[in-house]
Amino acid sequence: MCGIISVIDRSGSSMDGGAIKKALAQMNERGNGEGAGYAVYGAYPDYKEYYALHVFYDNLEESKTAVEEILEKWGHIEHSEEIPTYEQSRLKKIQTPWRYFFRPDASLISGGISGEKDAVIRIINTVNTSVEGALIFSSGKNVGIFKASGWPEEVADFYRIEDYEGYIWLGHNRYPTNTGGWWGGAHPFNLLDCSVIHNGEITSYGTNARYIESFGYKCTMLTDTEVVAYLLDLLGRKHELPADLAVKALAPPFWDEIDRMDVSKKELYTALRMAYGSALMNGPFAIVVANTDSIMGFTDRIKLRPMVAAEYGDRMYISSEEAAIRTMEPVLDSVWMPAAGEPVIGRLKR
Amino acid sequence: MSIGSVPVKFRITVDNDRCMLCERCIENCSYGVFRREGQKIIPDSRKCTACHRCIAMCPRDAIDLEEKPNDYRSHPLWTREAREAIYNQAKSGKIILSGMGNALDYPIIFDRLVLDACQVTNPSIDPLREPMELRTYIGKKPRQIEIKKTDAGDYDLNTNLAPNLKLETPVMIGHMSYGAISLNAQKALAKAVSEVGTFMGTGEGGLHKDLYPYQNNMIVQVASGRFGVDINYLERGAAIEIKIGQGAKPGIGGHLPGEKVAEDVSKTRMIPLHSDAISPAPHHDIYSIEDLAQLVRSLKEATEWKKPVFVKIAAVHNVAAIASGIARSSADAVVIDGFKGGTGAAPRVFRDHVGMPIEVAIAAVDKTLREQGIRNEVSVIASGGIRDSADVTKAVALGADAVYIGTAALIAMGCRVCGSCYRGLCPWGIATQRPELVSRLDSDEAAVNVANLINGWTLELAELMGAAGINSIESLRGNRDRLRGYMLDEGIMDVLDVKMIGA
Repeated sequence: MCGIISVIDRSGSSMDGGAIKKALAQMNERGNGEGAGYAVYGAYPDYKEYYALHVFYDNLEESKTAVEEILEKWGHIEHSEEIPTYEQSRLKKIQTPWRYFFRPDASLISGGISGEKDAVIRIINTVNTSVEGALIFSSGKNVGIFKASGWPEEVADFYRIEDYEGYIWLGHNRYPTNTGGWWGGAHPFNLLDCSVIHNGEITSYGTNARYIESFGYKCTMLTDTEVVAYLLDLLGRKHELPADLAVKALAPPFWDEIDRMDVSKKELYTALRMAYGSALMNGPFAIVVANTDSIMGFTDRIKLRPMVAAEYGDRMYISSEEAAIRTMEPVLDSVWMPAAGEPVIGRLKR
Repeated sequence: MSIGSVPVKFRITVDNDRCMLCERCIENCSYGVFRREGQKIIPDSRKCTACHRCIAMCPRDAIDLEEKPNDYRSHPLWTREAREAIYNQAKSGKIILSGMGNALDYPIIFDRLVLDACQVTNPSIDPLREPMELRTYIGKKPRQIEIKKTDAGDYDLNTNLAPNLKLETPVMIGHMSYGAISLNAQKALAKAVSEVGTFMGTGEGGLHKDLYPYQNNMIVQVASGRFGVDINYLERGAAIEIKIGQGAKPGIGGHLPGEKVAEDVSKTRMIPLHSDAISPAPHHDIYSIEDLAQLVRSLKEATEWKKPVFVKIAAVHNVAAIASGIARSSADAVVIDGFKGGTGAAPRVFRDHVGMPIEVAIAAVDKTLREQGIRNEVSVIASGGIRDSADVTKAVALGADAVYIGTAALIAMGCRVCGSCYRGLCPWGIATQRPELVSRLDSDEAAVNVANLINGWTLELAELMGAAGINSIESLRGNRDRLRGYMLDEGIMDVLDVKMIGA
């Protein structure tokens, strides 16, 4: 059990982190005080051309030096600073969150913009698998992840989340089972522009992880959530599937439904299931995935975890509970329960 | 006679108080164990194969069978089997033949792998109330698909799909040829697979015309002897399988004794009546991997690229690399046959000592194909010693797309695993061509038994998946996280890529 909430302002207007902190705390029944986190899009307008790398350091000696050597070898650090934190009575700075605004060196990379992203992913993999005591947990442009072990209010106050502003916010209230409450295991999980919050347990993890690793990704976070981000990165960015179809690969219609479709649709969905059978995610889950221009929520094929969506003006909300949404916006234009496996997408207006 | 006779393998006794002298045992025993003398049935135990036909047919339960009634002085090295093999060869000077699968006491890895189930943190799924998908496609899958957006805003598929077999359950029946088994047995299997929506192999024995009605569920085989192969045969099959090797006897060919080559068998195989049908050890047009790729392409050309082509190999040490070579040809599936796989006849030394268990082979092949990014290029079909739905579930979790069963399907028709198939006297009408024995097997009735078996396993598989919180077979495939090793050593668990219990 976990609580998730997300909001997008489709006009691109900024919201500060105060409201989502309250909404997430509204769902404290769904967590146990061992993990909470926030993602904000639009966090770093001054450095929006740079990859914002957030790193947890166990110490600021060997680990930090090793990471900076890697970053300087493959690109340029425009700015580097400790992320400001404010210790709480129950939440101490057992790891030091640091951020770098980083640009990979184009002359060392082939393959254009996609090559650049692959290069950053490789750097993240290298750091996370080979540097002891360092974990890059946030890497998007103009995106920031703020997470730790604690209740949502504590984590929010630890980072003073209300000081950040953005047009997309995600929040996650954790009740950990598979991995203890370590900071890196808290959600949101992020890879470049993609951030994931997840309530559930993926029973197909072994299949999904082996599948995604065969495409060069490395599962390093000891949690099933990262695999969602990698799968969507593969399907969306590398295989160029539209987002709603990528979701249909992860939570596809049942064969019974496919058999009843018209010929061309049937062919499409049969191919989708045949090609991406190993990407199918089983088990109970409700997931929200954010990208630079959208949030997208979906559940498993038989909706074993709750998910509710709502709209108010330009704002669109996806959450585990309606009560949490109403904490942010008491009067809503509409509230609905999306069907199992059906994606709900909120996009920025152009 | 310096050696004398070795002790009988089985002792048959008839309880004269129970016996009613109906003589069904005499009538049923094709090995000639029983005769009547006056008011008594007298058994000749030396002829007994433990086929159990007499026991199954005796209306009074008057027949008892005891295995190994005479003891040797026990010795851990010089076992009964070791000594008897020597007596046998000292007399004959020949290769010792035996039937069925590997008989040495190797650990059965399947029995040391345990499955997972959900508790609390995620719900198990009840297959009686929720959909449970076992549908399996066998064949090449696209690595990625390409989409075109239509004017209406819909998505259209822009990727061509290779032909695949559609299975309603991941259990198929492997190749047992007409000749090795009877036409009634093949008919029963064919009816069963058509009924449950799966497939069976013809073996290297051609396709008898009585099986044409079931051809859409039959995989035709091209083996090194090329018996029964012509364009008509290839075109009738739902898929074509090139047999390179067999788990029970890797590296050697096949041998159907002339006694079993009756008229219909000779016509279907296209070989002379009562001639031994000997398939060479290698295909003499395949001396290397590129030759195999050529044969795959030739068969595809001959059938206009409409049929999947499988390649079957025995599980040998280098199985993963060989499978990877096969995946790089135009082949659509690789069949791996482990050393517990059955056979009508194999040299004992091969059956017991060459090859490796299917569990390890699946894991090694799946891992290599994934590492090389070519897992979608071929389906993996596992065979060789699959006994029940738990074995099927574990095989899929280790990485197989589907399994072939052989012996299990024969047992469902009455086979008692006596291992005397090569003698052609099977009293159950399965591994024989004698009309009076073949007629004992009612193909309609046996088809129901075989279909029941597959249906029963399928239900159990669905329950096991549901308990593990999985509602689609794709999510079980290669999901080794849902397996744990119990009493397996670290080396094997490493190869299988499974954790130890408790981990």
